[in-house]
Amino acid sequence: MGERLLEIKGLKTHFFTEEGVVRAVDGIDLHIEKGETLGVVGESGCGKTVTALSIMKLIPMPPGKIVEGQMLYAGRDLVTLPPAQMRKVRGKEISMVFQEPMTSLNPVFTIGEQIAEAVRLHEGLGRRAAMDKTVEMLKIVHMPNPERRVKEYPHQLSGGMRQRVMIAMALSCHPKLLIADEPTTALDVTIQAQILELLNELKAKLGMAVLLITHDMGVIAETAQRVMVMYAGKVVEEAPVKDLFKEPLHPYTQGLLRSIPRIDTAAIHKKRLEAIPGVVPSLLNLPKGCSFEPRCPHAKPVCKDQDPVLKEVKRGHRVSCWLY
Amino acid sequence: MAEPLLRVKNLVKYFPIKGGLFSREVARVHAVDGISFEINAGETLGLVGESGCGKSTTGRCILRLIEPTSGEVWFEGKNVTTMDKRSLRALRRDLQIIFQDPYASLNPRMTVGSIVGEALIIHKLAKSRREREEKVAHLLETVGLHADHMRRYPHEFSGGQRQRIGIARALAVSPKLIVCDEPVSALDVSIQAQVINLLEDLQKQFNLTYLFIAHDLSVVEHISTRVAVMYLGKIVEVALANDLYSNPRHPYTEALLSAVPIPDPEVKRQRILLEGDVPSPIRPPAGCHFHTRCRIRQVTGICQDQEPPLKQGVSGHWVACHFRD
Repeated sequence: MGERLLEIKGLKTHFFTEEGVVRAVDGIDLHIEKGETLGVVGESGCGKTVTALSIMKLIPMPPGKIVEGQMLYAGRDLVTLPPAQMRKVRGKEISMVFQEPMTSLNPVFTIGEQIAEAVRLHEGLGRRAAMDKTVEMLKIVHMPNPERRVKEYPHQLSGGMRQRVMIAMALSCHPKLLIADEPTTALDVTIQAQILELLNELKAKLGMAVLLITHDMGVIAETAQRVMVMYAGKVVEEAPVKDLFKEPLHPYTQGLLRSIPRIDTAAIHKKRLEAIPGVVPSLLNLPKGCSFEPRCPHAKPVCKDQDPVLKEVKRGHRVSCWLY
Repeated sequence: MAEPLLRVKNLVKYFPIKGGLFSREVARVHAVDGISFEINAGETLGLVGESGCGKSTTGRCILRLIEPTSGEVWFEGKNVTTMDKRSLRALRRDLQIIFQDPYASLNPRMTVGSIVGEALIIHKLAKSRREREEKVAHLLETVGLHADHMRRYPHEFSGGQRQRIGIARALAVSPKLIVCDEPVSALDVSIQAQVINLLEDLQKQFNLTYLFIAHDLSVVEHISTRVAVMYLGKIVEVALANDLYSNPRHPYTEALLSAVPIPDPEVKRQRILLEGDVPSPIRPPAGCHFHTRCRIRQVTGICQDQEPPLKQGVSGHWVACHFRD
């Protein structure tokens, strides 16, 4: 087993709204080893983005608050780290690429200025040296004509190019952990293929760990070594990628995998998709027992009363379900 | 062979870009650049392509929600493009559309009952208020909602339920053809499957014909009888779904299919990476629109100079490429 870069224990991030407490992340454990890619998969509202924002301490407070748990990074607990020290971690040690590259870039600064800002802040480089570094970063992400592009504004770039800028910015200080939150969701498939290829290449070159958040099982299968499946603020299953796809244990994971059409096998045997009935429960009033119980085909009486805990059923394969 | 239900001939839509002191047209976006296809009764034609390739514009031009620049659309032997307002209104009983965004396509100030029932009033399909409510209740149940949902407002529903309301609205007038414009793109995976299954069931039940527009190649493969691939306003390939996915002929289709991530870590494929971005539709490349990114292009000559026509190859497989058939 490799060295643990980040370890999260019992993290709870809640939002205190007028309608009540939204338990967006409700007690999750997670660890990332040096140099690995951990995929986090789940549907909208399952808490995957809030998990990422909690690690970065970018949760808007109020209404949000990390109410419980620890996030251990290099011997320090990020939860209790003072803001001034957190600023040194953010962007330098751990950085993030967001889903929507247009709204995450500032429209009134050139992309060169935006990348250089991080370098100057964290590496203490001068204006000139920071700009050289920026051009070098744009070369690393395969941006054509980097010397000219640094002077352009975000609206002059295509979606794929903007995402390359975001990646260049995130990697400019050589972070040890990159959090990529749906980095290709807003992009077309051919551009998605380019960006995923780039992320894999850079990961190997720079030796960083990646926390990849996505709703796309295909993206997970092609990039992650380990996968965590989230549902209604909790981790329901965690396994090495091959085990998860070969033998999914949680009824929700099984349902997810069965409900997606596949282009490689569908042509051979075309059959009806097996949809998961019902809808994701509201995080305002979750059922008392297992959150998936109302939609689960294998639900038993115990599922309604008690929430199952995550336990290891095979080597490295953990699941939270009363069936095991 | 029987007359197709819908026939599109050389459909063109240019959007003008106005600028300068007198707002003159300074350039044009070539959104749809001369496409032809047919849809037979009872089938589903999938229309795929990346953003900006003109697939949604095509769907809207067919219903004349956008006026096409030129070309013809024939529905059941009638020319839709030359119809006057009155016949167009009658035509919309047969031709309906389901939109992508279930949040933006339902009026938030109208109850579900009036959203679904509006078309019944316009087309005088219900004699009394009572009859209309009965019909709406029946429609809601058909799409998997409850009859008492008709008094609620759109914001009370989830994305998947809203899309069902959109489907019920389209079904209200018993149409023959429904243009489905990215009907499941905004939905979560587990909800996507519910809506796809619903669309398939309704097709069987009411003998519907679909033009299914989407960018998700797996979804299109699953639901379509035939698939047309668009690139920069042109159709580059049309074939039976199985045939297109197992034996793509056009180099763009090849690259597009190879880019789709497969949810199985054991499957390792050779990926064809396309270089660069899609060129601007304001100045599409001369000759074959795809030649700037094509891996089988000839360095000089035919690809840059001549636009390849869509030719029929074996067993109804149409390809627009100088070097593939």
